[in-house]
Amino acid sequence: MERTTIDIWVGAFVAVGFAALLILALKVGNIGGEGQRDAYKVEARFDNIGGLKVRAPVKSAGVVVGRVQDVHFDNDRFQASVTLALDKRFAFPKDTTASILTSGLLGEVYIGLDAGGDDKKLANGDRIVITQSAVVLERLIGQFLFQKASEEPAKKEPAKK
Amino acid sequence: MIDRMKGQFAQLGHGFIDGLWRVGSMTRFFVLVLSASGTSFQRMRLVRREIYFVGVLSFVIIAVSGLFVGMVLGLQGYETLQRYGATESIGMLVALSLVRELGPVVAALLFASRAGSAITAEIGLMKATEQLTAMDMMAVSPMARVVAPRFWAGVISMPLLAAIFSAMGVFGGYLVGVVLIGVDAGAFWAQMQAAVDVRYDVLNGVIKSIVFGIAVCVIATFEGFDAPPTAEGVSGATTRTVVSSALTILALDLVLTAFMLRAGD
Repeated sequence: MERTTIDIWVGAFVAVGFAALLILALKVGNIGGEGQRDAYKVEARFDNIGGLKVRAPVKSAGVVVGRVQDVHFDNDRFQASVTLALDKRFAFPKDTTASILTSGLLGEVYIGLDAGGDDKKLANGDRIVITQSAVVLERLIGQFLFQKASEEPAKKEPAKK
Repeated sequence: MIDRMKGQFAQLGHGFIDGLWRVGSMTRFFVLVLSASGTSFQRMRLVRREIYFVGVLSFVIIAVSGLFVGMVLGLQGYETLQRYGATESIGMLVALSLVRELGPVVAALLFASRAGSAITAEIGLMKATEQLTAMDMMAVSPMARVVAPRFWAGVISMPLLAAIFSAMGVFGGYLVGVVLIGVDAGAFWAQMQAAVDVRYDVLNGVIKSIVFGIAVCVIATFEGFDAPPTAEGVSGATTRTVVSSALTILALDLVLTAFMLRAGD
């Protein structure tokens, strides 16, 4: 086969290959959609983070506004210290509440932010003071059983009369 | 009795030493190819020619297989996800399984049987007809003139073919999921884009396919170069290329996946 024909085919092949890579990055992977480069870090302490993992989404009103960047155990306070990387485009008041939530019954664990009413905004390195821990199913069942047990005698008493 | 056991142990030992020897000479061959590949970058024409034979001619089989694999994933995924009422996640399922695993692995397996076997047969036949010896006589290094361009052509083509496979697969999943079954197109793409991370999923897939490309090309060129110069020898070498490439790809995939999942946490 002639040299130029081969060159044309190889050129087309390489172009199609790079187009496929580009499609995977843009259409499938949605590159840069979250603006990870322009992020500010906020810290939050939780008594229990449940199944929260690094890279879990941070959502406010259901919209992803950032990612969990780091999770580690604070040995002085015996709490989990979570670093959130929030998108620079979104600013939150200082008294914002961070809570650990689960999407659906078996879905992924994420951090939900509920904006407060403070005029001052959270800045890089700030800490979210008001936090709500993850709901641990075993504790919930334990509480439920405890409550049931304490209700029992109250129900029986009127039956005696 | 003891004699027979002795014989079996001797066979085992012989097989082990033989295998070790092959691994050693393949590593040495790999280093030789790398050291001889300077000229193939000075003369890109040789590499371009090989990309045509290795990459362009594999394009159709890769693209069609990708389309079918994506469509099957869409059908099977829908069947299972339907039970949990999560049919919108079908885009995520198809894209993640293609980009992370099936794209690089199946494309590499197809590449090994389509292009790897051809490389082995070509080089083996060149050796059998003493073309390689003739080159040596003319002070043309067969490593630089024959082996290195084929090696680099394969290494360059492999990630592109894997990306084409994955992209066609996602398109196939879209065809089945959205066009045929009627999953909402917005949810299909949105769930996919929320789940697929460019760095952890797409880039790791590309790294995998480059590693597979190197493995397949080293095995294919080595088997061709090492083939006994007979018709039987060349056919045996071609078979060995496909078998050992497939095993190597799957074993490497396990190792790479284990490392990548740990790094991703």
